[in-house]
Amino acid sequence: MLDIPANKPLRELPEITAASDTRDYLAQAARQAVAYDDYELIVDVDAHLQEGGFWGEIIELLDNDVLRQTAMGMMRPGAMPLINMQAGMNFQSMSGRIPHQSGPLEKTEDPAKAGHRFVQIVRRTVESMGLDYQVIFPTSMLHLGMNPVEEIESGLARAYCRWLTEKILPEDDRIVGLIYLPFNSPLECEKLVQEFGMKKGVIGFTICAVRHKPVHHRQYARLYSMIQETGKPLVFHAGPHWDDPSFSQLNRFISMHALSFVHYNLIHMTNWIINAMPERYPRLKIAWVESGLAWVPYLMQRLDHEVMMRQSEAPGLKRLPSEYMREMYYSSQPLERNDLELLEMTMKKINAETQLMFSSDWPHWDFDPPSAITSLPFLSDKAKRNILGLNAARAFGLPVKRLRPRAAEVLARQRQAAS
Amino acid sequence: MPDVRVSELAAFENPGRKVVEVAGIEVGIFRLGDEFFAYENKCPHLEGPVCQGKILPLATEDIQRDGTSNGRVFSKTQMNVVCPWHGFEFDIRTGMHPMDSRVRLRRIPVKVLDGAVYVSVTPKA
Ligand code: FES
Repeated sequence: MLDIPANKPLRELPEITAASDTRDYLAQAARQAVAYDDYELIVDVDAHLQEGGFWGEIIELLDNDVLRQTAMGMMRPGAMPLINMQAGMNFQSMSGRIPHQSGPLEKTEDPAKAGHRFVQIVRRTVESMGLDYQVIFPTSMLHLGMNPVEEIESGLARAYCRWLTEKILPEDDRIVGLIYLPFNSPLECEKLVQEFGMKKGVIGFTICAVRHKPVHHRQYARLYSMIQETGKPLVFHAGPHWDDPSFSQLNRFISMHALSFVHYNLIHMTNWIINAMPERYPRLKIAWVESGLAWVPYLMQRLDHEVMMRQSEAPGLKRLPSEYMREMYYSSQPLERNDLELLEMTMKKINAETQLMFSSDWPHWDFDPPSAITSLPFLSDKAKRNILGLNAARAFGLPVKRLRPRAAEVLARQRQAAS
Repeated sequence: MPDVRVSELAAFENPGRKVVEVAGIEVGIFRLGDEFFAYENKCPHLEGPVCQGKILPLATEDIQRDGTSNGRVFSKTQMNVVCPWHGFEFDIRTGMHPMDSRVRLRRIPVKVLDGAVYVSVTPKA
């Protein structure tokens, strides 16, 4: 029987809360990173800024003085003026059960010495998960496509792009981002592509998919051509929305969440395919983010089935819908892993080995660490390397160059901090 | 498998929980009344720090005989620990997930002896 020597108590680990340090929260991910330490490159293609803590900085950058005065006049601690977030979105943290969703409330160092608070937090995440690059998306702004005031979306999009490219991306090569396209204002989208598309750390463009806008509409033709010329991908980022008339029938967050992310990508993908956009913009790389994967084989099967009977309604297509879909990129999270047989088949159908890109969605409640991929029994080592980084390097034009420290170094640092 | 003293009995809150590192293994020890339970701090889902999560009663649905639901109510008897990574819940007494008993925490032997709480762990190789 061992008694604790009075001078050497056991190390106690505290309860994890929204104020926990990211490194404590993800300590286990740092241990898991040893398993892929020799991989060439680890890229997380979808992680999130929780804008709440930085909203004051973003609205200060609104160009329009009336909008800026409106927002600043409404600013209170914890408020996000101009954001059309529905009340039910607060259920994301499951009544505090999943605290990281409610952050970031952790302590950081003096920004004058250690960099922007958000950059410090991202550094903790990339170090813990063993990442070379992390692609940042907004969170609350994902709903702006449903904002009835068009200039709010375009104004905030520009302010966000400025905040990202002026304050965040220059501070660390590992942090990269996409230009938020205010899709309700096509001309404004074009201006943002021209103005911000080539800035340091900008690796693509995103359409937040929560919106009722037909993506094939002729008003976007010039925008897609412009993006195609940049060589950078166009990324559809899905999101939740409880106010959509169909979803307002659903009485639990889980129901709305399970359906709505997939719903918007189903609609946009269907319009994209049936209107033959892959034929019209053959060099435009398309990626579908944050809807998991289970929806893709369903839609492949469904569209292939119908298009064979109704070719006259999709005359621009030269191949089956599934063939185009197999050439697009997909992000992995939230990876539906309960039925591994089904997941294996899904991965086969989407050519996961070359088209799937790991995403964590950190710090959201259903995030995946890289071990969600490395622990899959049916993937080859080569497939895992591709999914965890090399596919993203190809899609986003990222150099295959290790930026992350050795996993053992990270663990040693953590052990030292703990003791 | 040596026994390691983790706390004086009197110093252990009731209900309460302590998560400690013993011989390289993180162990969560839970107290409900006079009963103690201990599990490895590794979630069967994706290895998250499950024992460091919130402690909450099991949520149940109050369904009447005719099928009417009166909504959700907390259990008066079952306490769960919730993994802070993604919310999997586990019955503190059994270590099992409420929906699938095959998904369970790894139990660590725990006992009270001479006014102290002990766990038995096999040190990591
Ligand atoms: S790791 Fe515990 S719920 Fe996912």
